[in-house]
Amino acid sequence: MIGALIIVFREVLEAALVVGVVAAAVKGLPHRGRHVLTGIAIGIGGAILVAAGLGVISHFAAGHGQEIFQAAVLIAAGLMLAWHNIYMAKHGRELTRKLKTLGSEVVAGSASITMLIGVTAIAVMREGSEVALFLYALVAGGTSQASLLGGSLLGLAGGVVVGFVLFAGLSRIPIKRLFQVSGVIILFIAAGMLAHGVQYLVQIGYLPALIPHVWDSSFLISGRSYVGISLGALAGYTPSPSLMQVLVWMASFIAIAGLMFTKSGRLDRKRNRTKAAALQTEQGGS
Amino acid sequence: MRMLAVTSAFLLALLAPAALAADNHSVTLTIKDDSFTPSTLTVPADTRIEIEIHNTRALPSEFESFDLNREKVVPGGTTLSLWIGPLAPGKYKFFDDFNPGVTGVIVVEKPGNKTPNKTP
Repeated sequence: MIGALIIVFREVLEAALVVGVVAAAVKGLPHRGRHVLTGIAIGIGGAILVAAGLGVISHFAAGHGQEIFQAAVLIAAGLMLAWHNIYMAKHGRELTRKLKTLGSEVVAGSASITMLIGVTAIAVMREGSEVALFLYALVAGGTSQASLLGGSLLGLAGGVVVGFVLFAGLSRIPIKRLFQVSGVIILFIAAGMLAHGVQYLVQIGYLPALIPHVWDSSFLISGRSYVGISLGALAGYTPSPSLMQVLVWMASFIAIAGLMFTKSGRLDRKRNRTKAAALQTEQGGS
Repeated sequence: MRMLAVTSAFLLALLAPAALAADNHSVTLTIKDDSFTPSTLTVPADTRIEIEIHNTRALPSEFESFDLNREKVVPGGTTLSLWIGPLAPGKYKFFDDFNPGVTGVIVVEKPGNKTPNKTP
């Protein structure tokens, strides 16, 4: 019972943190709850398919199928988050204005819907397939089904509560700040997912590690601790990353942040201000 | 556009894995119901190592290690492999994530320390 509770809680927590953030980040999107449920349903279906077809996936590409699959879905989720962030950098300002005047009757871009459903589905599928495999192993190993079911349901409930608390907490932030805060968190999640995806390709030798272990911070934050697990889900934390992983993390972070900054129009506004100031000086001088 | 470029770079990288597989060392690890065999694997330092993981159980196991930064599910009755290293000398713990309490350790040693020749 305790075993099932802990593993289900741990896996659900990872997915729930991501879903909590992305759900909060699309405030003003009509039918938000329905999209989240759609994503969860697709994710659960995907998790069962992945768990059932694991043998097939594993032996695809000379035994490298699992890693290629994980890398593909993590990179896809990371790119969706990046895309959403860059979109929000460009349109967040007008969205905030509309939200303030029109309440929730705002039609956001399709980028938000795709991101919300896609990222939710991928997070639930990745963690859900682990849960399915673990529970299968427990049942087949002779653990009583009643205690297993009880533990799993408690773990599931616990994980969902944490995700919901995160969502509710973020949702209390005033709308203008909310998009900034969620944008920063999503930036970290995206960089972490892209780096984690690439690490799977290092594991099968498709990409070089460059340096297999740049540092070891497990004495500080262990990968198994809840802080470590949460930081893993929200920022791609792993106690002993490869240089390739670190470089991809940094490159992703800089690229996404850079695109967010240039698309936000802050540069243009600054340029305009400089131009206006120059014009004023010129006029003042003549 | 930029995303397209990044994606195609990834796909290109996927097509050229063979170039990396030089200077290899291979070890075998067996997963049983109550243990890894051997539970201590000794491997040379500064070498890329392929671990062949043979799961003799009827159930899936997950080879996982935070020290090695690796995780891989091995379905029951199958053999899969993954790469680690080159590693610095030391101890690297691993465990079966689906079978709590089943753990093992990889001990990495400088090849010159104990054996003068390149004996694995």
